[in-house]
Amino acid sequence: MAESLAAHEVPLVGDFSQATPDGALAGVRVGVITFPGTLDDRDASRAIRLAGGTPVPLWHDEANLHDVDAVIVPGGFSYGDYLRAGAIAAKAAVMSKVVEAAQASENPLPVLGICNGFQILTETHLLPGSMIKNDHRKFICRDQTLRIENNQTFWTSDFEAGQDIVVPLKNQDGQYVADAKTLEALEAENRVVFRYVDVNPNGSRNDIAGISNERGNVVGLMPHPEHAVEPGFGPSSSGFGTVALRGGADGLGVFTSVLNKLVGA
Amino acid sequence: MARIVVDVMLKPEILDPQGKAIANELPRIGLSNFTDVRQGKRFELTIEGAVTEELLAQARQAAEELLSNPVIEDVVNVEALED
Repeated sequence: MAESLAAHEVPLVGDFSQATPDGALAGVRVGVITFPGTLDDRDASRAIRLAGGTPVPLWHDEANLHDVDAVIVPGGFSYGDYLRAGAIAAKAAVMSKVVEAAQASENPLPVLGICNGFQILTETHLLPGSMIKNDHRKFICRDQTLRIENNQTFWTSDFEAGQDIVVPLKNQDGQYVADAKTLEALEAENRVVFRYVDVNPNGSRNDIAGISNERGNVVGLMPHPEHAVEPGFGPSSSGFGTVALRGGADGLGVFTSVLNKLVGA
Repeated sequence: MARIVVDVMLKPEILDPQGKAIANELPRIGLSNFTDVRQGKRFELTIEGAVTEELLAQARQAAEELLSNPVIEDVVNVEALED
């Protein structure tokens, strides 16, 4: 079995002994925040490592970003979704530093919020709008097709504009809402970064799966690219056997984007 | 000890899936006259001593900055609770 995998050059899952794709990328340090109730910090860190970068754990209670080059606010149920999803995490010590660095006039910090992280970024007002319960009132978990509507952000520059990717989606409060004026501005300014294709899984306005701020350094999305970074372990929509094993890594581009962008800058 | 009550409701234009689920349930216990249900949140803030204008102002600040999200919710009531 191992022999046939090697023959097809399918990397072993999480084999960190391999040389990184580009040595320069390893110098990029990406902070991954852990709050009480965060679930996907380890997967986000793996995604950064598999993309070739260096993940740096950040703690919610410490107002220190440890000189990281970018930050991921991962998914989960921070503070048990008490009050509103993301509301309490948004007031955490580390988030005050994230907000400050993301809004810096020079070299604004690239920030990615995934799922609960997206909710946290809306609660800090780095991103507009908010998330409410899914319109069908159920928790949903599915392989979701997304269209990359904007490949000019820090987190999508390795994709083609208009490219479709498939990554897992899992949420309860995933319905993106904003007032008509905000939605118009997001569309007009090309700030809808990811859009649901085929199915709108939660009733989000304009099929919005993810958005960015004006400068494109802050991006939030509901689905989970960090769960689709290892061949054979993410959603695989075509093929079987070793062909299928090579699929399922559609989310990796999110993480290579920020690394390549920061190295190139 | 006294308490200040803060009531928060989803904005009227925001769909309330929980309220809808409750509305669907009411006929099952034999109550069919309620055409809609909206679910909100009630907070009780406890203080030492009596309620003053200043404490009410602080409760309003808490309501605006933490207890509600102005994108989706309205603070509909802030008042001293008589014991």
